[in-house]
Amino acid sequence: MKRTLPILLAFAALASFGSAAEAKLRVVTSLQDLASIAQAVGGDRVETFALAKGYQDPHFVDAKPSFVLQLSRADLLIVAGLELEIGYLPPLIDQSRNDKVHPGNPGYLDASVGANILQRPTTQVTRAMGDVHPYGNPHYWTDPANGRVVARAIAARLTQLDAAGAAAYQKNLAAFEARLTQKQAEWQAKMAPYAGTKVVTFHDSWPNFAKAFKLVIVGHVEPKPGIPPSPTHTLETINLIQTQKVPVILVEPYFDRKTPDYIAGKSGAAVVILYPSVGGTPAIKDYFSLFDTDIDAFLAAMKGKK
Amino acid sequence: MSNDSRAFGARRWILAASAALCLLVPAAVQAQETPAAAPGDPVAALRQEIEELKKAYEERISALEQRLNDLQASQETVQATPPPEPSAGTTGGNDGGSQPANYFNPAISVIGNFLAAGGRNDTENLPAAELRESEVGIQAIVDPYARADFFLSFGEEGAEVEEGFLTFTSLPQDLLVKAGRMRAAFGKVNTLHLHTLPWPDEPLPVTNILGGEEGWIGTGVSVARLFPVGDLFTEGTLQIFRGDAEGLFEGRRRGDLSYNGHYRVFADLTDASNLDLGLSYGFGPNGTTESADTRLEGLDLTYRWKPLQAGLYRSASLRGEVYRSRREQPDGDQTAIGWYASGEYQLARRWYAGLRYESADHADDDALRDTGEAATLTFWPSEFAQLRGELRRRHYGLTGENANELLLQLQFAIGAHGAHPF
Repeated sequence: MKRTLPILLAFAALASFGSAAEAKLRVVTSLQDLASIAQAVGGDRVETFALAKGYQDPHFVDAKPSFVLQLSRADLLIVAGLELEIGYLPPLIDQSRNDKVHPGNPGYLDASVGANILQRPTTQVTRAMGDVHPYGNPHYWTDPANGRVVARAIAARLTQLDAAGAAAYQKNLAAFEARLTQKQAEWQAKMAPYAGTKVVTFHDSWPNFAKAFKLVIVGHVEPKPGIPPSPTHTLETINLIQTQKVPVILVEPYFDRKTPDYIAGKSGAAVVILYPSVGGTPAIKDYFSLFDTDIDAFLAAMKGKK
Repeated sequence: MSNDSRAFGARRWILAASAALCLLVPAAVQAQETPAAAPGDPVAALRQEIEELKKAYEERISALEQRLNDLQASQETVQATPPPEPSAGTTGGNDGGSQPANYFNPAISVIGNFLAAGGRNDTENLPAAELRESEVGIQAIVDPYARADFFLSFGEEGAEVEEGFLTFTSLPQDLLVKAGRMRAAFGKVNTLHLHTLPWPDEPLPVTNILGGEEGWIGTGVSVARLFPVGDLFTEGTLQIFRGDAEGLFEGRRRGDLSYNGHYRVFADLTDASNLDLGLSYGFGPNGTTESADTRLEGLDLTYRWKPLQAGLYRSASLRGEVYRSRREQPDGDQTAIGWYASGEYQLARRWYAGLRYESADHADDDALRDTGEAATLTFWPSEFAQLRGELRRRHYGLTGENANELLLQLQFAIGAHGAHPF
């Protein structure tokens, strides 16, 4: 009896876990941003899991077998698309044994469809340009207007998969959109005084953010996407910052600060750590606090400059 | 009569002409109205004309500007529905999808592996320089139920199908079935392609116990099933291959098959570290007698550390494997043991350093043991090229030779972006 009791308890725990999990739609996303939006739209009808953490480079995620397990249980997989996940997701999907999340099925949602995608190449791309994305810049969620597009797409897909929740998803979506509209006005008001400010960024992750808040990206610390800074390019960047009077260098949290700090020291620009994703710091809990945090960081750096 | 009619005709002409004149004159007068406002001063007239033109154009320009603004505004509000995106490739990148004719072409990649060797080694005499392998990968989704992968390995002379298999990805019961020619799921490095190894050469247990540099490649069927234990990933694989595998198995009859079983457990210790454990068991006919078998056992362990935030610049891995081969031979059964242990540390974004120790008996003569030590340094100019140097010392049981060598390897990939190895 002493031995059977813990076993029985374990079974009971497993059984209760199973039934609780069945009730909810399991949504796996590649990014925490997508998970945050899916959670907002899905509410308590879904449970979300993000493969990449917000503080890691979304291009270099390890295809860990534990992710296979997550995908094997998923009802819906939401990806950023535009080949952002090409380094790890295709083999995970193939090994998932889960037909639902294969591209082409309702359980696979490419969130980039319908979003405003920038930098779609119009000419032949080669790797002489660095690690370019042939379908356009995949960091599109850094424009809140695209967040709205993504939320609508997720609501539509959740409704398709779970018709019983249609009203709930519609209500949640309306709440998300209302909050976003209000927040967008707030963010625009905060950023308005800095319209036209020139910035240098580490990686080319920010064209959508820059467009949304009217910043002008004049250069990158990386000589080409995915290629680490070189001494020549670093000197060129220092020159660029001085001649164009660029006040700030925006750096993603997963890059080494050494080169940006060096450039800042030589040129007088300030380094701002800007988080591209939810989860970049524990304070960034959802899609709204992502922009709150980034805009406050930007404003704080600009205050010192004026 | 004719005169009259002619006179009438003329009169009618005059009437028509004068009527036309009456109609035309006011039009002409109207046309001249503007300059007529300043009669007798052609310069002033001209100036006024220009003024009028300017005004007209300004009005037009501002109207156009207004329309442009309206358009931009409407575009910003309709941002939600720009042109749809051609769905991104799932297999590993269907680049060049701009031409519809290429939509269903497989993703193709080529990986070149150039190896130069220095120092002296009379037992295992590598050429001074060789294009050791050109691996062509051709991969695509076949239909909603399966995908196909081909890896053709070209040496400097001749080519072979290293792997070519169909994977059924949509089976029930957490099953994954492969059919074709594939690397056997025995241990860890045997499942990896040459270009994904952390060294330029295969470790001794692979060459001495798994039948040679190529390792164990089987032709047959593989069935793998997930056996999750809570949130722990575990997977069992069963493979049935035909009876021969180069250097390892040799079936005399069609019914002499080889088998492999593999059980893998993967555990995330933290967000930054994980442990990968594998147990393997394989057997098949070795061809020395009618019924002689070779039995293989393997244990592999990999520990990886990669802090997610600084993962671009720092990571480490430790791996080791032990194989045991029991080979029935007419001259007595041979029990050979082989193992290696290695570690790799990422020094900077593009630099890795590693160490390896290896030891292996010969499968067909367990009295002969080879051992080796190696140190590697790897530089990645970009994600698609890699330069590696290895200082290697090997001691050979057969010849008693101690060979010190420097291997230089250059690898480069073109074509579709494949998944990063893990």
